[in-house]
Amino acid sequence: MSAVSTPVRGVARPPRAGRTWRARAGVAVPHLILIAYVVVACGPIALIVMNAFKSRQAIFEEPFAFPTPSTLDLGGFETVFTRARFELYFLNSFIVTVSTVVLVLLLGSMAAFALAEYRFAGITVVSLYMAVGIMIPIRLGTVGILDLMVRLNLVNSLAGLVLVYTAMGLPLAVFVLTAFFKQVPGDLKDAARIDGASEYRVYALALPLVRPGLAAIGVYTMLPIWNDLWFPLILTPGEGVRTVTLGTQLFLGQFVSDWNAVLAVLTLAALPMLALFIIFSRQFVRGLTSGAIK
Amino acid sequence: MTRPRTSAPPKGLDVEDTTASGRPPATRPAARPRRRFRTHLVVFIAPAAAIYTIFMVYPLLDSLRLSLYAPVDGVQTFVGLDNFVHLLSDDLLSDAFWNAVWNNLVFFAVHFFVQNPIGLLLAALLAAPTLRGRSAYRTLLFIPTTLSVVIVGFIWQLIISPVWGFVETPLLGQSSTALVTLALMSVWQYIGIPMILFYAVLISIPDELIEAATVDGAGAWSTFWRVKFPLILPTVGIVSVITYVANMNAFDLIYTVKGALAGPDFASDIMGTLFFRTFFGFQLQQGSSTMGATVATMMFLLILAGVLAYFYGWQRRIQSYQL
Repeated sequence: MSAVSTPVRGVARPPRAGRTWRARAGVAVPHLILIAYVVVACGPIALIVMNAFKSRQAIFEEPFAFPTPSTLDLGGFETVFTRARFELYFLNSFIVTVSTVVLVLLLGSMAAFALAEYRFAGITVVSLYMAVGIMIPIRLGTVGILDLMVRLNLVNSLAGLVLVYTAMGLPLAVFVLTAFFKQVPGDLKDAARIDGASEYRVYALALPLVRPGLAAIGVYTMLPIWNDLWFPLILTPGEGVRTVTLGTQLFLGQFVSDWNAVLAVLTLAALPMLALFIIFSRQFVRGLTSGAIK
Repeated sequence: MTRPRTSAPPKGLDVEDTTASGRPPATRPAARPRRRFRTHLVVFIAPAAAIYTIFMVYPLLDSLRLSLYAPVDGVQTFVGLDNFVHLLSDDLLSDAFWNAVWNNLVFFAVHFFVQNPIGLLLAALLAAPTLRGRSAYRTLLFIPTTLSVVIVGFIWQLIISPVWGFVETPLLGQSSTALVTLALMSVWQYIGIPMILFYAVLISIPDELIEAATVDGAGAWSTFWRVKFPLILPTVGIVSVITYVANMNAFDLIYTVKGALAGPDFASDIMGTLFFRTFFGFQLQQGSSTMGATVATMMFLLILAGVLAYFYGWQRRIQSYQL
């Protein structure tokens, strides 16, 4: 960095006072803008979470105040758990998301390994065929998907959702992981082969080396699935197989005027992904910045 | 990379003999004497290809096919382009269709003109090498993007609700403001994507390039516009095409906040909600899978048009630099 500032300092040295003022502004202004936007981005969420723990009166009278012992009221959460089966919705979302992520990572990495490792007739066609799905939204095939699910008897089953989401997540997973597998050094794989390892064993050896790619794809696959409303609404509207997002949507429609309950359900639905994102944000950002772009 | 070709695993040999399609190696051209059927190749690729084909490609093609059919006496019959003619000529339907197309374009325009400048500003600030607390900012700014659209829709619905009183006008209740308000909610949620993608480009610019500009006498301002901005332009295109595709099949936000009717008076109706209503029906109108498939096909064509416009109109003219 010194190379950058040296010539400038050499050309014209501004008066001492001016320079410190400008330097201070140069440090402070970016922080001011960023903090302002952090308030815009996180303020609304904080407002909702904060007010979820307050009494109805306090929500309207002092919306910006933290909950105090006198205004603390968990009635909203009570309504949520007594009037809807949120623990079941969480379980359903959890099952669907985890199964899909596991399937996408396993099947996606297998296909990506083959596309990165071997040369065979038609490899370009297969790669392109898989990549087309990145740009085409699967929702456009909803009519066909519902039709297929009815025929396979998978309507109102979590398995149906998992299969659709796996199909949706695979194209990007294969594309990104192929790039990662291509970077695995060939010597390592050849050494294993000379030792008599089967191709499956070589794949198992290479897999841990693309862990950053797997983590990024895992988070990237997980978010839209957990948050999706469209397919649960169409494929699994039944009470027993409802996901959190659909459950929240239906609950909100039903209790729209009960502000305590609404704030409580929003808080409950948002927290798991928030917590997970904050834990994995490093992987996620790394995946978006290196895996998907370069 | 030639290694695997010559070292088929022993397991593969057994299977190879039983495959009917594989001709005996002797009949192969002499140039490739060791070409074998490689079982592991199928084992690796087939599961992913099968799930993708059955649950994504097939339904998509089936939807395209269904748009050319209509129920006649309860039987799906091939009717050519009748559905499209009906969609574009029927008074009620074509009004609804063009209204949704126009609204969707407005929805996209708001994204384009708001998220690019803000995303770029935030990315430029985040990428400054002297910034402290960068990863904290990055995480906090990205948080709305991780939320479900249902949650985002309701959070904002509560906050701008006249009942709470921060905003006096019912922004979501007026036809003149509803669509733009919804688009801005969506921008608020997804601003993290352009921000992170721009940020990725900015941090990948080699220091020497910036130093060279500085040595040549460029200040921070002209370094940004003359050196960094041209490097960002291709990403502006990528972000825009991603946003366009996402907006063209957006649905969750409008459905959550305004319901399938996308009120007031269809002022916030976009392709996704129109598709949903056409497919499943609403109020007096009966749902129709073939008309639903027709609307989905139109969405597909609009998306295709946008993607092609990007490839031929933007990407070809914009110079990409290899860093």
